[in-house]
Amino acid sequence: MRNASVDIYTRRKAVNIFNLTASAITTLIGLFFLSWLLWVLFEQGISHFDWNLLTLDTPGPGDETGGLRNAIVGSLLLTGVGVLIGAPVGVLAGTYLAEFGRYALISHAVRFINDVLLSAPSIVIGVFVYEIMVIPMGNFSGWSGAVALSIIVIPVVVRTTEDMMRLVPDSMREAAAALGAPQWKIVTNVVLKAAISGVMTGILLAIARIAGETAPLLFTALNNQFFTLNMDEPMSNLPVMIFNFAMGPYDNWHDLAWAGSLLITLTVLTLNILTRFLLRPKK
Amino acid sequence: MTQADTTFLNFKHETPAGSGITLDVTRAIGETDSRPATDRPAGPADIDNPKIEVRGLDFYYGKFHALHDIHMRIPERQVTAFIGPSGCGKSTLLRAFNRIYDLYPGQRASGEILLDGRNILDRREDINTLRARVGMVFQKPTPFPMSIYDNIAFGVRLYERLSRLEMDGRVEWALKKAALWDEVKDILKQSGKALSGGQQQRLCIARAIAVKPEVVLLDEPASALDPISTLKIEELVSELKESYTIAIVTHNMQQAARVSDYTAFMYLGKLIEFNDTQTLFTNPGTKQTEDYITGRFG
Repeated sequence: MRNASVDIYTRRKAVNIFNLTASAITTLIGLFFLSWLLWVLFEQGISHFDWNLLTLDTPGPGDETGGLRNAIVGSLLLTGVGVLIGAPVGVLAGTYLAEFGRYALISHAVRFINDVLLSAPSIVIGVFVYEIMVIPMGNFSGWSGAVALSIIVIPVVVRTTEDMMRLVPDSMREAAAALGAPQWKIVTNVVLKAAISGVMTGILLAIARIAGETAPLLFTALNNQFFTLNMDEPMSNLPVMIFNFAMGPYDNWHDLAWAGSLLITLTVLTLNILTRFLLRPKK
Repeated sequence: MTQADTTFLNFKHETPAGSGITLDVTRAIGETDSRPATDRPAGPADIDNPKIEVRGLDFYYGKFHALHDIHMRIPERQVTAFIGPSGCGKSTLLRAFNRIYDLYPGQRASGEILLDGRNILDRREDINTLRARVGMVFQKPTPFPMSIYDNIAFGVRLYERLSRLEMDGRVEWALKKAALWDEVKDILKQSGKALSGGQQQRLCIARAIAVKPEVVLLDEPASALDPISTLKIEELVSELKESYTIAIVTHNMQQAARVSDYTAFMYLGKLIEFNDTQTLFTNPGTKQTEDYITGRFG
């Protein structure tokens, strides 16, 4: 009896050591590639971080100097408008799923479709918007790019909004209802207030998600060598610029592609840190 | 009688004619109940003008039949305690008094619950107005994610338009009533979640009485609190009955004996015995009640 229990103890210890080592090694492998990627990005990209990057537009073939002004502004516009369209729709739909339509049959269908949309390949979304906007309008445009991005934003925001609102305990809703509050007041003044940092986090994550999306923009906003604020025209943006310049024949194009990649990565990193900050437990 | 007459008038003005009205009116204007004595709700005979009267209440969670044919009268400006083992339906009964169960599909009640003679289970009753009249405090403190001040003001703003000054006065009044004012008067802008558990619960009581309800339902309000906070809540209950009708669910028989004027003993979804607290604890009318209060089961 005693021997048997010692055996079990030794075996558990061995299994424990094995699992611990295996998980540590796999973590290190992941970290290794991540830091390698970041290192290469920094090494290649940081040297081109200068004023020209922000003040000059993308160079044409043969141009000696150039920057990313038009691509940066284009990306900000496309992302901004995409979020402005997608986030309100997402928050409202998520609120419906979590609160008003919690027990409705249609909510199950909406949730399922939302999950499908969440994992839909972004190029499909690009082709879809090409079909419904670019062809009828007759040209590539900033608007169609923003709409394509908003379609990527919506399912992310719907999901996080619903999840975050469901984390608010029912006792909170009951307490508000017990004061005679109508449901819309309970939702806006109590539940949303309790879940607001989570909802904001979802929106930030959605921004991070679309900041580097290339495929949906290839068919919609396309690209523009020149600076423009007109969303009816094709619009330059960082991801498509990287795609084009990285494949281009010129060295300064390659350098700008690296700089653009670093810029996007740093932006996404900042957004992620910001979400950590927003979600940190309150004292 | 004047008060009863007013009730009757309001009643007649606001409700379209329907079944049951004649009965209610008879009761409201004080004429004798014509039903035979055996049909009367279980309970003490001296409750002539109940704030709440329950008649033949059944309650279902989906298919589960949780309350069976409850009859009782809850007296005005008194404390009525509900005791019984876990799952006996005492919280369920309490949750029917403000129809909070309505938040969940599949939960339903049948029968009648008369509040000042009006059946609150009637579909036409406005549920939000009802809940403003029948306040509730839950087992776990549930401060809203806002400042202490706004926690109190939230409910008040739903039904009253007060000036800044009046609102300040109301918040102070409610916090004083809940014996919390001295502890929080300098930190009204701080989050209600920063308070201790006992303080949070008194904040919830302040929040409930700030809207000036007529009835306050307390669902095991002290079960999550330490003995000192519990004592404070109990003192509060005794004080609040001056102005409110109070129904309190408790697991703690000593607590029921200390704070209540009337006690209802429930078991397996039935109201076994209802009497004034003194009688119920010293001279229980049924074997089940006696076994429970002497600790032989439950």
